[in-house]
Amino acid sequence: MGKRIKWLLAPALILVLALAVAGCGSGKNAGGQTGGSTASEAVTVVGSTALQPLVEQAATEYMNTNPRAQIEVQGGGSGTGLSQVAQGAATIGDSDIFAEELSGLDAASLVDHRVCVVGMAAVVNPKVKVDNLTGQQLVDIFTGKITNWQQVGGPNMKIVVIHRPKGSGTRATFDKFALGGAEETAPGMEQDSSGTVRKMVAETPGAISYLALSYVDNSIRAVKINGVQPTVENIVSGKYPVWAYEHMYTRGKPTGAAAAFLNYMVGPQVQNSLVPKMGYIPVTQMKVERDAQGKVTRK
Amino acid sequence: MNQRTADRLATLMFWCGALLVLLILGALLGYILYHGLRAINWRFITSPPQNMAAGGGIGPQIFNSFYLLLLSMLITVPVGLLAGIYLAEYAARGPATDFIRLCIETLSSLPSIVVGLFGLLIFVNMTGWGYTLLSGALSLAVINLPLMVRVSEEAIRSVAPEMREASLALGATRWQTMWRVIIPSAFPGLLTGMIIASGRVFGEAAALLYTAGMSSPPLHFNDWNPFSPFSPLNPLRPAETLAVHIWKINSESLIPDVRRVADGSAAVLVLVVLVFNLLARWLGGLMHRRMTAA
Amino acid sequence: MEKTVARAVAAKVERTGRDDACDRPPAGKKYGELIGRSLAFTAASLVILITLAIIYFIAAKGITIFTVNGISVKEFLFGRQWAPDRSAAQGGPLVGASTMIVGSMLVSLLAVALSTPLSVIVSVFMVEIAPGWGRRVLQPAIEILAGIPSVVYGWIGLSVLVPFVRSHFGGNGFSLFTGFLVLSVMILPTVISVSTDSLRSLPGQWKEAALALGSTRWQTIRLVLVPAARTGIITGVVLGLARAFGEALAVQMVIGNTRQFPHSLLSPIMTLTSAITMDMGYTIMGSLWNNALWSMGLILLLMSFLFILTIRLVVRRGLVR
Repeated sequence: MGKRIKWLLAPALILVLALAVAGCGSGKNAGGQTGGSTASEAVTVVGSTALQPLVEQAATEYMNTNPRAQIEVQGGGSGTGLSQVAQGAATIGDSDIFAEELSGLDAASLVDHRVCVVGMAAVVNPKVKVDNLTGQQLVDIFTGKITNWQQVGGPNMKIVVIHRPKGSGTRATFDKFALGGAEETAPGMEQDSSGTVRKMVAETPGAISYLALSYVDNSIRAVKINGVQPTVENIVSGKYPVWAYEHMYTRGKPTGAAAAFLNYMVGPQVQNSLVPKMGYIPVTQMKVERDAQGKVTRK
Repeated sequence: MNQRTADRLATLMFWCGALLVLLILGALLGYILYHGLRAINWRFITSPPQNMAAGGGIGPQIFNSFYLLLLSMLITVPVGLLAGIYLAEYAARGPATDFIRLCIETLSSLPSIVVGLFGLLIFVNMTGWGYTLLSGALSLAVINLPLMVRVSEEAIRSVAPEMREASLALGATRWQTMWRVIIPSAFPGLLTGMIIASGRVFGEAAALLYTAGMSSPPLHFNDWNPFSPFSPLNPLRPAETLAVHIWKINSESLIPDVRRVADGSAAVLVLVVLVFNLLARWLGGLMHRRMTAA
Repeated sequence: MEKTVARAVAAKVERTGRDDACDRPPAGKKYGELIGRSLAFTAASLVILITLAIIYFIAAKGITIFTVNGISVKEFLFGRQWAPDRSAAQGGPLVGASTMIVGSMLVSLLAVALSTPLSVIVSVFMVEIAPGWGRRVLQPAIEILAGIPSVVYGWIGLSVLVPFVRSHFGGNGFSLFTGFLVLSVMILPTVISVSTDSLRSLPGQWKEAALALGSTRWQTIRLVLVPAARTGIITGVVLGLARAFGEALAVQMVIGNTRQFPHSLLSPIMTLTSAITMDMGYTIMGSLWNNALWSMGLILLLMSFLFILTIRLVVRRGLVR
């Protein structure tokens, strides 16, 4: 038995070392060739977990029709995506926010591709029978000035605010366009994952938070802001202001396989079927445009 | 109250404590299996996950979990065993050996998220690999190494000294003694250690979030070339394991049947851990009876 | 035992075809020994290397916020406000991690406080009260409990415990209380297994002596065995504390994550680990915010050192005593 173990372990060690060496060899050109393959250019897409499902689905469909394509989609968050693409460690960086909005990043070298629009709604626990909140009321709730639902026409229930993490694109968008730039200073809880936020709002009496429209379902109630319902039509026409682009950034203009995939992402197959199916809004459908500074213009 | 009554009450307390722990375990297992078992069928275990439609499965994630287990064991077992041999056989009592033990204790109390961050720094960024199976396997090896070393050393030390002395008396070198006499005899203990480590690998998520990633490329199960990027065997691809998948779909997923997939995955995970445990006991007993048939 | 030795001799004789095969060392054996010994030594050195590497890299990344970004250690450890993105115009970034440090410590200490009595009771049960049943039933149960992944604990905590706490104890369910309940179940296997090992390794004569003197089983346990196994039990407790301190995913789902000091058991809290998991993906490597997260990782590392030193201190004192 001793001999057998010895003979098993030696090749095992060698195998591990060999793999490591092979990995080191091909790892050096991370963006170019994945896994040492010499077939075609590999495209690595890193970043926003909000955009990840859409890109993964699109990549799967793209690779089904283009067998030589290699698209590798990962999460990691908008910050990770942007820093990796800026460093050249990833081909495409997904982000929920404009690259210019993130400090510590040189956005000049990055080229923006907007692939869809995601709308955001303020959501409350179903027990809170409040239908509409004015912009000022929202600000007061999220800065802690209003603490009971009674003060805004609801039942006598303490308001439980659930924030999103400070670095998240969802929070940045909501703070900028629903709260008019006010900071969320109300004492409350913080939760990153949209699924968990939905569950928390659905089950905690008096809870309020904000979610991308694609996560809103029957377990929670989306409220109108200034009388405007958070629907696709209202976002498209510009009446409902709480929305943001989903960006896919490349370092410089994209070429080759990356360009082909990005073309596919903004092309009709993705924009007209996949994007709406997942609860996002195609960029082409938007009647208004917004730039990195937040200025809105009619298209 | 006299001592007899106190004794009886104490016995009651002990039984209650044991039963409480069993109750907790039963409740946890019951909850997981109740919610998850009905999601488990062959299709669930083999099909790839869906991103936005219902009906996804966890096939690639299960494969990734096992493959990651294999890779990390390939690294952990040799290194851990050899280090255990060193500590048990060759190390002299002194500050150097003390230092090794301190390092082992340090490694064993590291939070797994710190190991994950370290893995991110070294195995993902510094090496340029990105999120890969290998990065995950190396991080898991770091987590399991102290356990393996400790188990190996203890198993070796627990072998009867007469065997060692007899072997040496026959003229074997210390290394030969180790390999041909002591390790085989210590095998059941080593196996138990390996299986406990495997259980930890299976359930680990925090360290893998930052090293093996939260996605899996489409796997072509008929492509067994380890260097092809679609091959399941390629260790340089991102590999979402089952535990990470549960975390991911509970966080950001848009699929309408999130509960079915999450509960089913949890049930599969727990069942695998159960099977591992049973296997460990059965195999350990079997090996022990065969090895020490004397 | 004799069979194995006899087998070895017979095999050697057969292989070399000589009767006196065992009297003379064959050639090449020296190299075998050398290779084997070097391999073992390499492995041991690898362990040291890995440990030092981890310490070095995490520490190097962790102190950049002090050396490069200029935040003071005092502010990081004791400041209460967390606003690393505050612009220079508004007064510069605020990087106070004290709420999270306190949150981590509270939830871990309370988890250990709840888990230790139960663990000691179960350990004693497994070793003294019902050893056969204990080994066959409880031991596998503990191992299975240890194998349940933390994400599952977190989800069950969120689905079952949070509503339960909310309806029976008040608050909104996401609290310090829920956090340490979940953690205490998670660290049970750790504390139980170490305590059990410690109790099992006690010399049997001590128990027999106590019983021979007329003590009841309870008196023996209470006055002789548990005090004697004190060192091992404390080791188990500190290991459990370390595990609780480092738990990330399960805790993050049930504590509510609010960056303020809790004012009661039912207030939400924030731990270092959940802060790291929530923010890491949104920050850019090298930015101040990112550096602050690595510094939190460094605090976790330093705390685990503290735990080990505590264990070593306890063991040394115990041995001397």
